[in-house]
Amino acid sequence: MAKNMAKEKVKMPELDPNVRNKNFEEVAQGYTEAMALEEAARCLNCKNKPCVSGCPVNVRIPEFIEKAAAGDFIGAYEIIKTTNALPAVCGRVCPQETQCEQKCVRGIKGEPVGIGRLERFCADYAMQHGYKQNTDVTKNGKKVAIVGSGPAGLSCAGTLARMGYDVTIFEAFHVAGGVLQYGIPQFRLPKELVKAEIDGLKELGVKIETNMVIGKVDTIDELKEMGYEAIFIGTGAGLPKFMGIPGENLNGVYSANEFLTRINLMKAYKFPEFDTPMKHYKKVAVIGGGNVAMDAARCAKRLGAEKVYIVYRRGEEEMPARNEEIHHAKEEGIEFHLLTAPLEVVGDENGWVTGLKNIKMELGEPDASGRRRPVQIPGSEYIMDVDAVVVAIGQSPNPLIKSVTPDLKTQPWGGIVAEEPSGKTSIEGVYAGGDAVTGAATVILAMGAGKNAAAAIDEYLQNK
Amino acid sequence: MYRILEKKVLGPQVTKMVIDAPAVAKKAEPGQFIIFRIDEKGERVPLTIADYDREAGTVTIIFQIVGKTTTQLNELNAGDSLLDFVGPLGTASHFDENVKKVAVIGGGLGTAIAYPQAKKLFHMGKEVDAIIGFRNKDLIILEDEMRQNSTNLFVVTDDGSNGNQGFVTDALKKQIEAGANYDLVIAIGPLIMMKFVCQLTKQYGIKTIVSMNPVMIDGTGMCGGCRVTVGGKTKFACVDGPDFDGHEVDFDEAMRRQQMYKTEEAESLRDHKCRLEGMANNG
Ligand SMILES: Cc1cc2nc3c(=O)[nH]c(=O)nc-3n(C[C@H](O)[C@H](O)[C@H](O)COP(=O)(O)OP(=O)(O)OC[C@H]3O[C@@H](n4cnc5c(N)ncnc54)[C@H](O)[C@@H]3O)c2cc1C
Ligand SMILES: Cc1cc2nc3c(=O)[nH]c(=O)nc-3n(C[C@H](O)[C@H](O)[C@H](O)COP(=O)(O)OP(=O)(O)OC[C@H]3O[C@@H](n4cnc5c(N)ncnc54)[C@H](O)[C@@H]3O)c2cc1C
Ligand code: SF4
Ligand code: SF4
Ligand code: FES
Ligand SMILES: [Mg+2]
Repeated sequence: MAKNMAKEKVKMPELDPNVRNKNFEEVAQGYTEAMALEEAARCLNCKNKPCVSGCPVNVRIPEFIEKAAAGDFIGAYEIIKTTNALPAVCGRVCPQETQCEQKCVRGIKGEPVGIGRLERFCADYAMQHGYKQNTDVTKNGKKVAIVGSGPAGLSCAGTLARMGYDVTIFEAFHVAGGVLQYGIPQFRLPKELVKAEIDGLKELGVKIETNMVIGKVDTIDELKEMGYEAIFIGTGAGLPKFMGIPGENLNGVYSANEFLTRINLMKAYKFPEFDTPMKHYKKVAVIGGGNVAMDAARCAKRLGAEKVYIVYRRGEEEMPARNEEIHHAKEEGIEFHLLTAPLEVVGDENGWVTGLKNIKMELGEPDASGRRRPVQIPGSEYIMDVDAVVVAIGQSPNPLIKSVTPDLKTQPWGGIVAEEPSGKTSIEGVYAGGDAVTGAATVILAMGAGKNAAAAIDEYLQNK
Repeated sequence: MYRILEKKVLGPQVTKMVIDAPAVAKKAEPGQFIIFRIDEKGERVPLTIADYDREAGTVTIIFQIVGKTTTQLNELNAGDSLLDFVGPLGTASHFDENVKKVAVIGGGLGTAIAYPQAKKLFHMGKEVDAIIGFRNKDLIILEDEMRQNSTNLFVVTDDGSNGNQGFVTDALKKQIEAGANYDLVIAIGPLIMMKFVCQLTKQYGIKTIVSMNPVMIDGTGMCGGCRVTVGGKTKFACVDGPDFDGHEVDFDEAMRRQQMYKTEEAESLRDHKCRLEGMANNG
């Protein structure tokens, strides 16, 4: 088949920024079949496959793209699935520009191959064409418990279920999916899709028990007593950080977790049809520069805010968010105040937010790590006129399980101590992975950790 | 699904329900709470575990009908089910073994939340004075239960309609001045009541525990919506509490934060009532 030597990726059809910033429909609409064929033809099928090494789960990129280029999208999907349990999710949310696509040779002169977009297309294609996975597994009768149903837990569960284990996931919330459900918004990752992926696991025999806060109901020790021979902890990094500046408890100040949970998980954007309330703020400041901050800002806009600001203490280059999110946020009218640090949330006499006092920063001398640290510019304080503030400066692991499992070793900052790559913890038969171990990271790294732990659990139980 | 096994009307606006929830019952302790959701569109609402039966696998809740969700909950009957019911959440109340004499104070519905605490202390062999207050005599709840689980019971009403006019603070002050010599006061009720109890007990230097009830969502420490300032530090009531040292709590901030969604809550209740009336008129 003729190669497509165009420098740019085939454009992704997207909703108009001024229409989409008022609804929660998916922004990136996905390729058509013709577009997918055209983009797939850009891949050179490199012998040394540099792209594969950039993917944390080593998706067999040139192989699946070759199938896709030949129009065999189901075949392509099956190849992706051999190493990646949630391609429809990863195709949408992976930071491709720092992973697979960063290594793509086409990126040297022009844009890399749209690997994520093709991955997404194949997954969506399979789902739309009623693809049925092979659910024949020979059960081995051994029980494994998974705590937490985020990408780490789901991929560990799926891998073990295919090996024949009797897997039960315990999830604290009323729905499974972790951040995929409560954090990443509908317009970036439709919840129907997350549900479909989870239904796929159930078909494999994975049981999911929601409303089970492990540590409060049963503890890790009790799960063992209940006959679970191995346990995987994938409880994520759900504990929100605040800045400790004055005014942070005023009415109208949210952690990004609260803001996004109300909107995504509880569907407050459909209030009063759904019962959880959310206020429709007019001017919102979001503090932070990661995906979480972009999501909160774009949600605020969609709830009708006239002005939404991103307040970030470093420059755009340093922003940890995916390029695509920054680009989309700007298109949607989010204003960026870079090299700006908040000092205080200002309120009125009734305790409601009326402003955010910021100070401008400049890049100072390089520090020990060689990075230029932002330092305050004296006298540059100003008050940003806002009625709500969302704090999106990061999350750390929830201390709940640790607090009732004294033998479980953790880092001073809360992360569970686990061996690489097995995820083995300080307790025999107990493994951990994902954000609970690394701190807030990415979907694909969490999935990789879940998969590696599944292999280690299998080895452990085979030899037990 | 979590089945409602029993429903009992305790007063004009207060209902008790017994829920089939073995996993929660197995671990429940006084001072802890659950979060329930009625249906797919429902919000997550916290209620204190008023009682539990580990053997039967049941949890008792007592709730006041104040808005949309509690109205909806009250429309359900024995045999119906709740979609979600998660717990036990929060830190169980910690009772110091050395405490000898305790005043347990319940204001209005707070009585339901104070009840398991009184019961536990009384069964630990402590001397328990229960002081419960209501707006009028028709709103009195759990009088018999409280009497059975306390050494002395004092019931007061704002309007004196039960023949004993006064606020719980008046009754408490009277006992203290009469030489009651409490080592501990537990105060549970409206924020304003807890604030005044704490002002009083501070004067006498009596340690006072209050139970905070800020707006919550997850109840597991992941949203921070439930934050309260205690001793100048931010605490998450759902995991660090709900019990706190009352002399350290910033009640004014808590009262303000509780008002956050008043407008939306009123809208939600109005909507629900309209729908009910619409159904009544059409059917
Ligand atoms: C708003 C937002 C946007 C993001 N955007 C991106 C993106 O675009 N691309 C990307 O790659 N990554 C993104 N991330 C990061 C990514 O979502 C996480 O790194 C990933 O979800 C971590 O997976 P996990 O399985 O470790 O944990 P989580 O997804 O956090 O799941 C943990 C689960 O465990 C449950 N749990 C916790 N404690 C208990 C307990 N005691 N008992 C039972 N269950 C428990 C939680 O309820 C949760 O469901 C984003 C994160 C957020 C918050
Ligand atoms: C730890 C804890 C224990 C509680 N125990 C009891 C109890 O045993 N019995 C009882 O009757 N009530 C209890 N409450 C209060 C109860 O949660 C609220 O009355 C209930 O949420 C009201 O819901 P609604 O939709 O009917 O009313 P709404 O009209 O929505 O709200 C009325 C008021 O209730 C409070 N409230 C609303 N939503 C929430 C929420 N998600 N979380 C907490 N408070 C909220 C607000 O102050 C609000 O102004 C407790 C609250 C907490 C935090
Ligand atoms: S899983 Fe993510 S990193 Fe790997 S190939 Fe797919 S999009 Fe790239
Ligand atoms: S590096 Fe790029 S062009 Fe080469 S095989 Fe990978 S995706 Fe294809
Ligand atoms: S309710 Fe979310 S942290 Fe307490
Ligand atoms: Mg409500």
